[in-house]
Amino acid sequence: MGHPRQKVGEVLLEVSGVSLSFGGVKALHQVSFQARERELCAIIGPNGAGKSSLLNIVNGVYQPSAGTISFAGVQRKSMSPREAALGGIARTFQNIALFKGMSVLDNIMTGRDAKMHSSLLAQALYWGPAQREEMEHRCHVEKLIDFLQIEHVRKTPVGRLPYGLQKRVELARALAAEPRLLLLDEPMAGMNVEEKQDMCRFILDVNDEFGTTILLIEHDMAVVMDLADRVVVLDYGRKIADGTPEEVRRNPEVIAAYLGVPTEADREAVAEGAG
Amino acid sequence: MQFFLEVLIGGLLSGVMYSLVALGFVLIFKASGVFNFAQGAMVLFAALTFVSLEERGLPRWGALLASLAIMLGLALVIERVVLRPLVNQPAISLLMATIGLTFCLEGLAQGVWGSVVKGLDLGIPDVPFDVKGVLVSQFDLFAAAIAGFLVAVLALFFQYTRVGRALRAVADDHQAALSLGIPLQTVWAVVWAAAGAVALVAGLLWGSRLGVQFALSVITLKALPVLILGGFTSIAGAIVGGLLVGASEKLAEVYLGPVLGGGIENWFPYVLALLFLLVRPEGLFGEKHIDRV
Ligand SMILES: Nc1ncnc2c1ncn2[C@@H]1O[C@H](COP(=O)(O)OP(=O)(O)O)[C@@H](O)[C@H]1O
Ligand SMILES: [Mg+2]
Repeated sequence: MGHPRQKVGEVLLEVSGVSLSFGGVKALHQVSFQARERELCAIIGPNGAGKSSLLNIVNGVYQPSAGTISFAGVQRKSMSPREAALGGIARTFQNIALFKGMSVLDNIMTGRDAKMHSSLLAQALYWGPAQREEMEHRCHVEKLIDFLQIEHVRKTPVGRLPYGLQKRVELARALAAEPRLLLLDEPMAGMNVEEKQDMCRFILDVNDEFGTTILLIEHDMAVVMDLADRVVVLDYGRKIADGTPEEVRRNPEVIAAYLGVPTEADREAVAEGAG
Repeated sequence: MQFFLEVLIGGLLSGVMYSLVALGFVLIFKASGVFNFAQGAMVLFAALTFVSLEERGLPRWGALLASLAIMLGLALVIERVVLRPLVNQPAISLLMATIGLTFCLEGLAQGVWGSVVKGLDLGIPDVPFDVKGVLVSQFDLFAAAIAGFLVAVLALFFQYTRVGRALRAVADDHQAALSLGIPLQTVWAVVWAAAGAVALVAGLLWGSRLGVQFALSVITLKALPVLILGGFTSIAGAIVGGLLVGASEKLAEVYLGPVLGGGIENWFPYVLALLFLLVRPEGLFGEKHIDRV
């Protein structure tokens, strides 16, 4: 909708046959999907469907019990979050995971860490080069701060910011690494309408201007239909649909997952609607 | 009044020595959520290493640098052998590991350097001098200055360097820090190295006061009330907590001693800490812990 399909490029992320269980709970069962370069792909599904678990697998927080992930042409069974970060995968968390005691600027600078070349230890020992590198990265971070319009709180400890702004700072921190793939876990949850609109605009801008591929978990269907190029639907750990927002909206299984088990009448109504 | 001041100042200055031990705990607890049971053993190990190297003919500065190098090396070994295999294990496992480490270090220290009590003379005269009629111990002043310097350096390091920033990040939110690509191992190694250096300083100061002996590893216990008062996660808290414990135990000894019987300073800090726990369990400077349900 409004975003021409041809903007997308090669496959950047391919998840194949991924399963994950916690004790007896099967959080994910044989899930496969692809995200192409510059694509804005939404993952939707009821609570507990396994959406967050899927993101956690993509950036190495969880290790899948079966299946593989290939990112930028490299296939692996699992990787560490650090490898994911260095490889260009950044993320935000469902529950804001900012460094509460640190200023907005320091939080975002920390997000830049994956881009810094000299090792931490070298940095501790060599003041001169370390400071020069720090300044270069600082410039980039200041641009991001402008981009996300949070200049006025640069020095504020994030713990003191209102919720909506914290979410924005978390986005900034993720962007600081100039990721190729950005994972956003419910970036608009708990926001008021105005904050949501701002966040939507920022996500679209990131996608357009930086060409970042985005996996977005979101509950608000209106938002998803508006933003996403493609939608993947999970239910009880299984993928039940995958396609354009239009296709997914008409999919009977999706409707069932969202509205409960469909009756025969529902099915007929859907069939009529689709036909 | 003059006597009161003397006791108070003496107490505050000796409190700084408690702060020094507590500081080692705070560094590690902040960065990894691990209560490092082995901090006292590290203090003993550091002091024993220094004295023994000096005994074997190394000049003072040589012995100091060598001990520092050994403590840093020890930190790297601990990170590699003890911590790395335990990443993502519950905190209790890590605590157990540090208890095991305590025995290893104590055994190692005494195995290598022997278990005879050794004197340690830093060459600082311990004659009190007179400030407007109040007698102040020169050694205590010296120790306080060293501790103050150490704290200032650490604070600047954590506030203004990239390693410091990474460390605060790890301390604040493990998972988020990992997902940003911050190398947890490096951060832990740096923290243990810093704690090792702090242990060396504490070991030298305490060693020159009490002699270098097994009991050094027990002064760790005095750090507990300090931590409870100051909070486990605050460097400033370790300092203030140490001062509070030092001053209050001396004052209690002098003023309550005649009533309750002597030896109050041995238990007073613990009672103080207990009372404090009832009122403000997170400590003066600790973060209030609110669990969301
Ligand atoms: N760390 C965990 N430990 C145990 N169970 C978990 C854990 N994380 C998720 N789960 C379970 O896995 C399932 C999927 O959870 P999640 O991925 O968070 O769903 P969603 O994000 O779609 O709401 C749920 O049943 C949840 O209880
Ligand atoms: Mg979730």
